[in-house]
Amino acid sequence: MNMLKYIVKRIALMIPTVLIISFVVFFIIQLPPGDYVTSYVARMSAEGEFFTQEMIEQMRDEYGLDRPWYVQYFHWMKGIITKGDFGYSFTYLRPVWSVIMDRLGLTIAVSLITMLFTYLVSIPIGIYSASHQYSVGDYLFTFVGFLGMATPNFLLAIILMYLSYVWTGTPYIGLFTQEMMQNGLHLYNFGEFLKRLAIPVIVIGTAGTCGVIRTVRAQMLDEQSKQYTLTARSKGVSEKTITYKYCLRAAINPVVSGLSNSLSSIFTGSTISAIVMNLSIQGPVLYESLKNQDMYLAGTILLVQAVLVVIGTLISDIALAWLDPHIRFEQRKAA
Amino acid sequence: MGKKNKTSESYYQASQWTLMGRKLVKHKLAKFSIILLAILYCIALFGNFLAPSDLVAYNSKTKNCPPMRVRWMHEGRFIGPYVYGLKTERNMETFSIDYREDTEKVYKVHFFVHGTPYKFLGFIPGDLHLFGVDEGGGIFLFGTDSMGRDLFSRMILGSQVSLTIPFAGALISFVLGILIGSLSGYFGGVVDVIIQRIIEVISSFPSIPLWMALSAAIPSDIPVVRMYFYITVIISFISWTKLARIVRGKFVSLRNEDFVMAAKLAGVSDFQIILRHMVPGFLSYLIVDLTLAIPGMIIGETSMSFLGLGIRSPATSWGVLLQETQDVTSIALYPWRLIPLAAVIITVLAFNFLGDGLRDAADPYK
Repeated sequence: MNMLKYIVKRIALMIPTVLIISFVVFFIIQLPPGDYVTSYVARMSAEGEFFTQEMIEQMRDEYGLDRPWYVQYFHWMKGIITKGDFGYSFTYLRPVWSVIMDRLGLTIAVSLITMLFTYLVSIPIGIYSASHQYSVGDYLFTFVGFLGMATPNFLLAIILMYLSYVWTGTPYIGLFTQEMMQNGLHLYNFGEFLKRLAIPVIVIGTAGTCGVIRTVRAQMLDEQSKQYTLTARSKGVSEKTITYKYCLRAAINPVVSGLSNSLSSIFTGSTISAIVMNLSIQGPVLYESLKNQDMYLAGTILLVQAVLVVIGTLISDIALAWLDPHIRFEQRKAA
Repeated sequence: MGKKNKTSESYYQASQWTLMGRKLVKHKLAKFSIILLAILYCIALFGNFLAPSDLVAYNSKTKNCPPMRVRWMHEGRFIGPYVYGLKTERNMETFSIDYREDTEKVYKVHFFVHGTPYKFLGFIPGDLHLFGVDEGGGIFLFGTDSMGRDLFSRMILGSQVSLTIPFAGALISFVLGILIGSLSGYFGGVVDVIIQRIIEVISSFPSIPLWMALSAAIPSDIPVVRMYFYITVIISFISWTKLARIVRGKFVSLRNEDFVMAAKLAGVSDFQIILRHMVPGFLSYLIVDLTLAIPGMIIGETSMSFLGLGIRSPATSWGVLLQETQDVTSIALYPWRLIPLAAVIITVLAFNFLGDGLRDAADPYK
């Protein structure tokens, strides 16, 4: 019951936080000089189109861009709260929400597989490195981990794409082949899709993998030298039980609190790597919309992201309370 | 016997920092990293002297030239270091320009030559370069880019930006993190609640839109390096939040310790208690955090350059150099353009190992 009260309280606190974030986000989006019309006119003029000052003013008036930014913000927010209308994307000439929905499925799929990859690879390696400290394997994993951390992701993507081309003769760029785009994804070409998924998953995954390995390793080493571990060992508890039932449970804490940011990254996916690898996920859309000052699209993506960060923090706090009795009892005392 | 006594006495009398320093020197990887970083920073400091050419020099006749080999023997005779001239040939299969060594032309490498003038440390004029070749030739140890600029020189001069500005940025967020985190943890109550909410808002802010907005909002008529410095400063104003949280946690647990109470009773001001009594208690951990924040900023710089933000040519940094390799073709055709990647990796690794060593050295239980 106390837990429920705590959750309700946290959700109530979330609303002002999200509102503030959205306000700041909107302010920053409109910070660069000019607006969508300016960047649109600049692009079209480069292609030889001609605009009179009158036409530009008319466009501005039509989109409501001539009003001050905070008025635009309140209109946008009013639309969201009263009608669930997130505005209109100038570039796609469609409601923002439908643009986002288009790519949501694939983005979530790529992100979830990447996350799964990250944790499935890094937690066992972290445990191994800690239990075999200073062994050849530990050094090897540490070195590879650091190397992954030190290489900018977009370069790793390019290098892997190049190597895969040299080794297999097929350029693995983008997630779909020409054929898949025409006929859709079926069982017979699913293998090809998985193959194409490998590089993005590795590239986007390694960024997190190294960090998690380091954390799990350091935490496990800490736990292993604590007295309760010694006690358990002296009582004859098997190493396996000590590692998985005692140490891991304590060591995994920071990894769980790190989950709070994962939710929002599931929604957007990686931006820079996705641009390099030509993935049709949300990240590049965000980047383009910011570049073209398609402000409602950018604003909505960032708003959803902010909401997800806040929800993610809440979920990770609840998970921590479930995992860690210290926190659970503290909450009980506080409530 | 006498010696042993002396060492144990000096051990017990040594300050926290002396002990840390001793342990750090024993950590081989960390020691190696310190030496490496010292060399890298020296290269950056004397960059104008070490680089044979400057940032603005370009030559359309030496586009995409592969790294040159320095030779010692010419026609069976030792004549000291020299390079051959370049001959270009159109490859009739791929229609690309291939470079061949022109064995007729020999350009000797000379040391301490007078070349393009520069300003050492920004104000001491000079024109001395470590090495250069005979008039008419060029020496490209790491090859050239698509504008025929010497990659070796650009890498060295780029390090002046890539090594210093992330350091400054990390330092700013370090100071902010300690200051705000300690205020929040020490005073608690309303101050704490407000600061924590601010941190929550700032830390849920995605970095890419911020970079884009800021680099577009900063006027473009100021020098590029200064613009990049501004962006770094602003980013460090965002990135202090994580450290502030850690510092706050430490303060909350230290606040009720007896020594703080004693200091308060003795009439020490709040500011003094924070700076002289509490911060030194975990400063070593903060320094580890600082060393680990710098590589993050170096990688961040490459990402920013990739998006076309931050520094622009002809000014350069490692990120700008890597940005020129952002497609598969350039890796396939001009693999030497990845050499700056090695510099980034080495620097980031060195900072990470140094941080690891510092962490071990700061741990009194090991």
